[in-house]
Amino acid sequence: MSLLEAKEMALSYGGNHIFENLNLTIPEGKVTVLIGSNGCGKSTLLRSLARLLKPTQGSITLDGQDLLAMAPKAAAKQLSLLPQGPVAPEGLTVLQLVKQGRYPYQSWLQQWSKEDERSVREALQATDMASMAERSVDSLSGGQRQRAWIAMTLAQQTGIILLDEPTTYLDMTHQIEVLDLLQEMNERDNRTIVMVLHDINLACRYADHIVAVKDGAIAAQGAPGDIVDAAMIESVFRLKCEVIPDPLYDTPMIVPHGRKKLVRQ
Amino acid sequence: MERSATSTMRLFGLLLSILLLGAAIVCSIAFGTTDIPLSQVMDSFLHYDASLQQHLVIQTTRLPRALIAGAVGACLAVAGAVMQVITRNPIASPSLFGVNAGASFMVVIASGWLGLSGMQPLALFALLGAAISGAIVFVLGSIGRDGMTPVKITLAGASISAFFASLTQGFMLSSGKMFDQVLVWLVGSVAGRNMAMLQGVLPYMAVGLIIALALSRQLNLLGMGDDIAKTLGQRTAMVKGLASVAVILLAGASVAVAGPIAFIGIIIPHIVRFLIGSDYRWVIPYSAVLGAVLLVASDIGSRYIAMPKEVPVGVMTAVLGVPFFVYIARKGRKAS
Repeated sequence: MSLLEAKEMALSYGGNHIFENLNLTIPEGKVTVLIGSNGCGKSTLLRSLARLLKPTQGSITLDGQDLLAMAPKAAAKQLSLLPQGPVAPEGLTVLQLVKQGRYPYQSWLQQWSKEDERSVREALQATDMASMAERSVDSLSGGQRQRAWIAMTLAQQTGIILLDEPTTYLDMTHQIEVLDLLQEMNERDNRTIVMVLHDINLACRYADHIVAVKDGAIAAQGAPGDIVDAAMIESVFRLKCEVIPDPLYDTPMIVPHGRKKLVRQ
Repeated sequence: MERSATSTMRLFGLLLSILLLGAAIVCSIAFGTTDIPLSQVMDSFLHYDASLQQHLVIQTTRLPRALIAGAVGACLAVAGAVMQVITRNPIASPSLFGVNAGASFMVVIASGWLGLSGMQPLALFALLGAAISGAIVFVLGSIGRDGMTPVKITLAGASISAFFASLTQGFMLSSGKMFDQVLVWLVGSVAGRNMAMLQGVLPYMAVGLIIALALSRQLNLLGMGDDIAKTLGQRTAMVKGLASVAVILLAGASVAVAGPIAFIGIIIPHIVRFLIGSDYRWVIPYSAVLGAVLLVASDIGSRYIAMPKEVPVGVMTAVLGVPFFVYIARKGRKAS
C-alpha cells in the first residue's frame, strides 16, 4: 500500500521553529490520531504530511519516495487532505464539489471518464449524500456539509486520508457520525486515516495509534490503551485528570479535574 | 442526464446573451445626439457610401465606439471574475484593487511626460502600470504569516488605488496643458475613438480572454482554497501566475483604450454567478458577453442623462455600481 514516513524532519512556520529532528511513521491501514494542546504544532505536522508545508530539514517519504519530489498529481492520487473548516464557493453543488476530487486523474487530454463517474457515485453513496447531490453546499447543515467534503476526499481514491479536526463545529451526534464513517472507510477499504482531534475520549475510541505532540516533539505514541494514562495527559495537556475505562468500548476515558468542589473524595 | 440538460440551458442562455449584445450594439449605433434610422445603419454596412454624412458617422465614430465599449466591458468583467477567484474575495475587481489606477498612471505619464502617442506605446505602458500596481497589491496583501486575507488585500487595493490616483492628479496639476482631454479619459470614456485604437489593443485583449477561458477548470478548483487545490495536485503558483497575466492584459488593454472604467468588473461576475452558478467554465464566457452588454448599454444611457451633452460612460457605471457594491458588501457580511 502506501507508507508515509517523516525522517529527521525540521519544520518552521512564519519564522518559528516548530519541530526539530522529528521521526514519525504512520502505520499503514490504521487510524492514527494526533492529539496535543492548542498551538503544539499538530496541525503543522499534518500540513507537512500533506505537502502543504516544506520541511526545512529532513524528508517525508511515501513508499520510500521523496514526497515533495513527486509530481503533484501523482502524489494527489495517493494522499488526500481535508483541511479544517473548508469553505466552498457560493452556490457550488455537492456533486460539483465531489467531482473536484477527481482533479488529479484529469488532464487536457483525459477529461471525464467512466472511472471518474464511478468514483464520484461511490463516494456519494458511502457518505449517504447521493440524495443531496444537486443541493448547494452552503444550504446544508454542518454535519451534511462535512460529509460532502469527506465525499470529495473519498472520490480522490487515495490510500491515505489526512483530516484536520474533521469534527470541529459539529454537535455530538454529527461528530460520532463523521468518525463512524471514517472508521468504516478504514475497515472496508483498508485506507490509512490520519487526523487531528481535540476530543481525547473520541480519539482513544477511534484510534489504533495515538501520537501525542507537545512543544514541537512527539511526547508519546502507541495504542490508546498502552499510552494514555493520567501522567501522560497531565504532561501533554497540563491538566490533572482521572483515567477510567470507557463503559462501552473499554478504551481510556479522561475525566478532568477542575476547581469545582469534589463530591466524592 | 440532468447535467446535460442544464448545460443545454446554459448554452441557450449564452446564445440569448449574444443576441442581446448584438441588439445593444445596433442600438448604440442608431441612437445618440442625432438618431440614425436602422435602414441607414444596415445600408452603411451593405452599401457603404463615404459621401453620405450618416454612413461616415456610423463607420468612423459610432461603430468603433460600440465595439470598444463591448470589448472593454467584456475584458473588465472577465478580469474581475478571475480576480475574485484568485484572491477568494467577492469584491475583487481591477478598479478596486488598484490595477486600473496603476495602468492609468502609466498612461498619463507616457502621454503627458514622455510625449508618446498612438495606441501601441500607450497600451504597453498601461500593461506595465497594471502589472506594477497589481504586484504591489498582491505583495502587500500577502505579507504576514497568515498569508493573503480578504481584509489585507482589500486594504492594500484601496490604498494603492488612492496612491496612484493621487500621483496621477499631482502630475496633471503640475503639467497643466493636457488637462481637459485626459480628465475625460480618466473618468472612463469610449467616445471619440477610432477603429485603429481598438485594433491596437485587441491582441492583448484576445490573449487575455483565451488564457482566462483555458484556465477556467483550474479556477474552479482554486476557488475552493489553496490548501484543497494543492492537495488535489494543482500547481497553484503557476495557475495564479497565468491568471494574473490574463488580468493584467485584460485590464491594462481596457484602460489604455477607454480609461479606468469602474464597477463592471465587480457587478457582472456577481450577476453571472447568480444566474448560472459558480462553474467558471460558464462564468468566464457569460461574464464576457454580459460585461459587453452592460458597458454598451451604459454608454447608450450616458448619451441621454444630460442631453444634448454626453456624460463619460465611467460616470454611468459608477452610478449603477455603487448601490450594487453596497448590496454585495452587505450580503457578504450576512454570509460570514
